[in-house]
Amino acid sequence: MIDDTICALATAAVESGIGIIRISGSEAVSIASKFIKSKSGKAVDISESHRIKYGFVYSDEEPLDEVLVMTMLAPKSFTGEDTVEIDCHGGVLMMNKILEVAVNNGARLAEPGEFTKRAFLNGRIDLSEAEAVGDLISSENDYALKASIKQLRGSVSDKIKRFRSQILEDDAFIEAALDDPEHITLDGFKSDLEQHVTGIIKELEYLISSSDDGKRIKEGIRTVIIGKPNAGKSSLLNILVGSERAIVTDIAGTTRDTLEEHINLKGISLTIVDTAGIRETDDTVEKIGVERALDAADNADLIIYVVDSSIPLDDSDHRIISRIQDRNTIVLLNKSDLNQVIVQSELESMTNKTVIPISAKNNFGIDKLESEITSMFFSNRINFNDQVVITNLRHKHCLINANNALHEVINSINLDMPEDFFTIDMMRAYEELGYILGEEVSEDLINEIFSKFCMGK
Amino acid sequence: MAFVEESYDVAVVGAGHAGCEAALACARLGLETIIFTVSVDSIALMPCNPNIGGSSKGHLVRELDALGGEMGKNIDKTFIQSKMLNKSKGPAVHSLRAQADKQSYTREMRTTLENQPHLTIRQAEVSEILTEEFDIRKKKITGVKTTSGAVYHARAVVLCTGVYLNSRCLTGDLIEYTGPNGLRSATHLTDSLKNNNVRMFRFKTGTPARVDKRTLDFSKFEVQKGDVPVIPFSFSTKFESVQKEQVDCWLVYTNENTHNIIRNNIDRSPMFNGSIEGVGPRYCPSIEDKVMKFPDKNRHQIFIEPEGLYTNEMYLSGMSSSMPEDVQYEMYHSMEGFENVHIVRNAYAIEYDCIDATQLKSNLEFLNIDGLFAAGQFNGSSGYEEAAVQGLMAGINAAMKLKGREAVILDRSQAYIGVLIDDLVTKENFEPYRMMTSRSEYRLLLRQDNADIRLREIGHEIGLVSDEEYQDTCHKIDLINKEIDRLKSTYIGNSDLVNSFLSAHGSNTLSSGISLAELIKRPELDYELIKDLDKERPTLPYTVREEVNIEIKYEGYIKRQQTQVDAFKKLEYKKIPLDIDYNSISNLRLEARQKLSKIKPENVGMASRISGVSPADISVLLVYIESYKHRSEK
Repeated sequence: MIDDTICALATAAVESGIGIIRISGSEAVSIASKFIKSKSGKAVDISESHRIKYGFVYSDEEPLDEVLVMTMLAPKSFTGEDTVEIDCHGGVLMMNKILEVAVNNGARLAEPGEFTKRAFLNGRIDLSEAEAVGDLISSENDYALKASIKQLRGSVSDKIKRFRSQILEDDAFIEAALDDPEHITLDGFKSDLEQHVTGIIKELEYLISSSDDGKRIKEGIRTVIIGKPNAGKSSLLNILVGSERAIVTDIAGTTRDTLEEHINLKGISLTIVDTAGIRETDDTVEKIGVERALDAADNADLIIYVVDSSIPLDDSDHRIISRIQDRNTIVLLNKSDLNQVIVQSELESMTNKTVIPISAKNNFGIDKLESEITSMFFSNRINFNDQVVITNLRHKHCLINANNALHEVINSINLDMPEDFFTIDMMRAYEELGYILGEEVSEDLINEIFSKFCMGK
Repeated sequence: MAFVEESYDVAVVGAGHAGCEAALACARLGLETIIFTVSVDSIALMPCNPNIGGSSKGHLVRELDALGGEMGKNIDKTFIQSKMLNKSKGPAVHSLRAQADKQSYTREMRTTLENQPHLTIRQAEVSEILTEEFDIRKKKITGVKTTSGAVYHARAVVLCTGVYLNSRCLTGDLIEYTGPNGLRSATHLTDSLKNNNVRMFRFKTGTPARVDKRTLDFSKFEVQKGDVPVIPFSFSTKFESVQKEQVDCWLVYTNENTHNIIRNNIDRSPMFNGSIEGVGPRYCPSIEDKVMKFPDKNRHQIFIEPEGLYTNEMYLSGMSSSMPEDVQYEMYHSMEGFENVHIVRNAYAIEYDCIDATQLKSNLEFLNIDGLFAAGQFNGSSGYEEAAVQGLMAGINAAMKLKGREAVILDRSQAYIGVLIDDLVTKENFEPYRMMTSRSEYRLLLRQDNADIRLREIGHEIGLVSDEEYQDTCHKIDLINKEIDRLKSTYIGNSDLVNSFLSAHGSNTLSSGISLAELIKRPELDYELIKDLDKERPTLPYTVREEVNIEIKYEGYIKRQQTQVDAFKKLEYKKIPLDIDYNSISNLRLEARQKLSKIKPENVGMASRISGVSPADISVLLVYIESYKHRSEK
């Protein structure tokens, strides 16, 4: 679809005072009008361009948030299309909910880079930027795809794969019989199909309800502090958080599990994770901690690697350095107040990362760390932003669509429609579930028909 | 050395089902046309199954007929049994199939060709295509040369060589270098094509044995009768003319013994011992394929079909094979009723050269050789019907080109023909391509019953459908629309009469008035059933009543599909400039760049169907096309 109505977060999905949801497309005003109402639930006229209106976002007759709404009619908007922007209260959960309301009222979640693409196609962005727009689309898409798959727990993706293969097999059977009616009969198949589809619906509905809002949504940039025991990781966390969250002792190996804290750094949300020190150990509990630390680092958007500058690098450091090679990392040379045995320039050339000397104990160099993080964020080197929330919502939306399609199948079965009518909705469910896994449909059906059923003259 | 030299507008190479349609279309559009065949006696030959139509193939024939092709008319004249398949399923998958009298089919088509003004039939093997440089890296066709050295100048050439290019037939380890039925193969043209940088594939197909009817015990088989009344294929055929006596087909099963014979000799099958080079279709597997691939099935259905009225040869549908003669002998004898069977012709596999059809544009013209068109099995398809519709479209488009008119391209939402050609020219196809209803996304709209409504007008515009035929369709459409309007605006009340009728048909009774259309929508009712409630119903022909019923009954599904089509059309109308250099679009992924440069899709919709091109690539492409447009405007 090229000109349907899309919606997305216009601000980053982080904890902040204000968040903006943007809806763009020919239906933008009519969609927003459906859920923007006055406090008493009356309609609010938002059809006038470039005027700010006050109202509430309603979800199922319940007011959800107090908002300001600005309509910009085509062509005077960023995308060149009718656009409605909703200024709501910041907060990942709230923005997510409002986005969901927009989707439930007929908007489609924007593809990566789609607002910019539309702005470009509508002549709102200079032609010289075409290349950049293309880059944006392809990079955001790569990112979204990775994020989408990364977020699926193995058990969920296994389930979805199982649903898909069941749907495909049933559909292929029907198709095979339609193509070769003299060899393959569908007698009695309706009740099998009904049973299969009902089973999938049941599991889908469970997935949908459990994907609901109560669950913790990942917030902000996941920043993992890593390093050898006693390098000063927990001290750093405490400085950043401003409280004694982690137990800081000078006994190496005190932090045996990972600790998480949320902080706000000049408007950027960070989830800071303190981890157990990396070292060879025989202590089972500590071993698990080390594993978790490495896992946490693998899933981080940003790694802060803390090095004790007063003792020489060893195998554990090399293990860490190799692990962070192509990751966003800031290296901190801690304990700059003590005798230095590691030289900053050497560490820089060895890790190929920015190295900042600090003293967690004396609160020295922390400002440099903070400005490095903000500059990385604003130069887009780290940007774990909207996509996580989007993918959550996107997944849920696909599950709902697939579920609706399967209900249509059951409906057609109950109406005693001929079998070829089931396939339309079965393939729709198959496609929707495929979006979650990032798989395209193309030749799946034809291949399934040939591999499972004996066809032909 | 002296040689014959003649000039034509169009030269068609091959007189099979594709070649006949191509040549007739060109000649009927007034172009001087010559058609070449290695044997005039093999015009429109049916070397494999003795039927036309079948699931989705019946749709193709109907569409071809609506556009002004010949196949539908020809089978209506020569069929000996007819059946509508899938009658218990939805209207979208109803499909007509007729058994042909093979000899009559061939003879009738030959007569039509021989009496067609502007058409010359020539028995000769074409050995070369003649081209000249036309543009940078582009050639233009100028004619063809035969093995005798004769030169035929032509402004357009349509290649419909079927399975004859470098063909060889295999029966076990016996290899014969012939076309089907021992006809000579064409051994030179492949080289000429390769010299013109045409990419070739090698495909394989097969056919079962033919046996003597007198040696079969019919008491052991289940009879398969034709339908009464018969529905004609062609929209121009008079209904009464096809109501005639029909012959029977028969059903028999293979058994464990048959399967054991095959398993015990599987190493002697060229399919399994590696002597076959070509890629076979998954759709029409040989019996040895079926037995090896589906070991759990202890029997397979075999249909016994007459090859014609004046022959005792019977075709064994479902039992093609490339086993050695002695194994075939044992295997055919192992079936019930076949104990004393006499084999007339052995089963064999055939290998042949064909092209990678992604080298073609949607009008079936080569991307890099102007004026050279291609159709049929030469394009990697399989089946008479698939061949015929391509022949028709290639012929039409060769004619359009020479007349300076716009190409006729049917899209996926207009016709199965559109699906077939789009699949061939955009998707890389590594086996003989067979039409299937599952390949059509919008099949609820592309029914065999409404092919005339969909396509007659286009056929008329092209010039292959007469004014009279076109008026018939317009009249039909008018009747349908009027009747639907009437049913939607005619209300009936909740009288006792109405309610007792409804409960007698297991339908809920009425508490208030309802339109007749709403009643027809109920699953347990239809247009014919409620006629007693419909006092003012006009007398309408069956084809109109059928359409009215379908359009009303399935309105909801049809509307949903129409919405999908509207979305599909948006990308389909976004043209891609032909001189686009994909390698210069750096943000396309490498795989997408390679595929797009190779296949050169004509619009964004086609690009989106190429495997390996992701939705993100399409977005990037859209952005690029837009900036390209602006740049070239400046």
